[in-house]
Amino acid sequence: MQEGAASVFGLEPGAAEVRVRRGAMLQISGISANLTVREHLELFRAYYPAPLPTARLLSMAGLEDLARRRYGKLSGGQKQRVMFALALAGDPELLFLDEPTTGLDVDARHRLWSEIRALRESGRTTVLTTHNLDEADALADRVVVIHKGRRIAEGTPAEIKSRTAGRLVRCVTPIGPDEVASMSGVVEARSRGQHLEVLTTQPEALVRELLGRDVGLADLTVVSAGLEEAFLALTRDGKEGGR
Amino acid sequence: MTGGAESGGAGEGESAGAVMQVRDARRLGSARRFRIYLLEARFQVVEVLREPMFAIPTLAFPLIFYLFFGVIMGTGGASLAVPTYVLATYGVFGVLGPALFGFGAGLANERDTGVLLLKQTTPMPAGAYLFAKVMSALIFGAAVVLGLFLMAAHAAGVALYRWQWFALAGVLLTGVIPFCALGLAIGAWAKGRAAVAVVNLVFLPMSMLSGLWLPIYMFPDVMQDIALALPAYHHAQLALKVIAMDAGQSVAVHVSVLVIETLIFLAVAALGFRRAGTFSIRRSR
Repeated sequence: MQEGAASVFGLEPGAAEVRVRRGAMLQISGISANLTVREHLELFRAYYPAPLPTARLLSMAGLEDLARRRYGKLSGGQKQRVMFALALAGDPELLFLDEPTTGLDVDARHRLWSEIRALRESGRTTVLTTHNLDEADALADRVVVIHKGRRIAEGTPAEIKSRTAGRLVRCVTPIGPDEVASMSGVVEARSRGQHLEVLTTQPEALVRELLGRDVGLADLTVVSAGLEEAFLALTRDGKEGGR
Repeated sequence: MTGGAESGGAGEGESAGAVMQVRDARRLGSARRFRIYLLEARFQVVEVLREPMFAIPTLAFPLIFYLFFGVIMGTGGASLAVPTYVLATYGVFGVLGPALFGFGAGLANERDTGVLLLKQTTPMPAGAYLFAKVMSALIFGAAVVLGLFLMAAHAAGVALYRWQWFALAGVLLTGVIPFCALGLAIGAWAKGRAAVAVVNLVFLPMSMLSGLWLPIYMFPDVMQDIALALPAYHHAQLALKVIAMDAGQSVAVHVSVLVIETLIFLAVAALGFRRAGTFSIRRSR
């Protein structure tokens, strides 16, 4: 772990004023199963001087039809959305979301993403932790990559991605990752499902070589490396400090 | 955020005066604080009412016991001694249950699931949380006491002076304080399911050894000596004093023991919170 002090709004993270201006969605196993969604919201709204209206919270979290349902009767994704609504109850300026989309289906995830974007438009700051790099790519203005407790990179998603200059080559082939790992320019090779995925700085040479070895090679794509590839590259030689 | 990166920092550039203004505007007004206390207590009660696993054993057992031992078996003879005696001791039993379970098991569970952690990120005053638990114990304790009184007066034919009814109710409900403190100590140390086991290990043996089920004078001397250390014994003796059926020690002894033990329980609870960092009681470094 790195040493250091944390402050929020220039104050201690637990200060009373901070708690009013901040909302948090934690990875906890649950709130009271016996209270309804509306009751939970009513309680949390009461904690804040200028809470968002209940109807607004319900619609932001996509819970309009579930207001009267007891928390214990909700699905995992619905519970997650209640946690999101509770984090927003006080109309926070700063929102901490700890892996908010875990357990959400694609539809709910995209709805949550658009809510987070809308919060950003209205001047709110969101600190979001995630293992889903698509999520970071889709939402973040600034990404901090933390690996084994150390900050190993920081910047916009584009900046982070640009640190991996390679291209990602994907194809269906019997050739294994081990066979291409030693080829020049190859940064990383792995199999994913039936696909071989190779991150390389010399995509043309690699593709020529692959086609030469396997005439039956299919479903070939070559794309710019994404955040995920950058992350893998960073964590592999991840000893370097922040920028 | 892990890794020690600084977060937020929007207020760093503000002058001290501006910060003070913001703070004033956001200070927790007493009206809002009062509302939080009330809501927290209301939902605590609602939550418990919807939990049959809690409501049935803690609320129904004292009443069922009284029905059997006070009303059905106790009113056979010429004397009303038994229904009167067990009115006081089952009353203690009835107040003990909600306090121990609500605080001990409830708090441990909420520490475990993370609810307490989540609430501590909000402006909820820690006092509101504790107040809600005490109020819940008080309300459910009062419900049991009322049920016992109705059965005693109407079914068992127990006759007390009016002041005795009120004094008995007052003494019984005051027991919420030491028992909540005991539950708080358990909840501060034990985890989730273990807490339920610990509460049961305290609840049932202590009730028995304190003479809540059978009069204490029916026990061997050794057990009567053990009883002297138990808060429920001293509380029961105070309740029995109202109806002149106690073992004869002075009120001062009982009250002193209860006060000292309550303070010990609170200290033990504070140590537990300190260890866990609960309620912002700082972990020692």
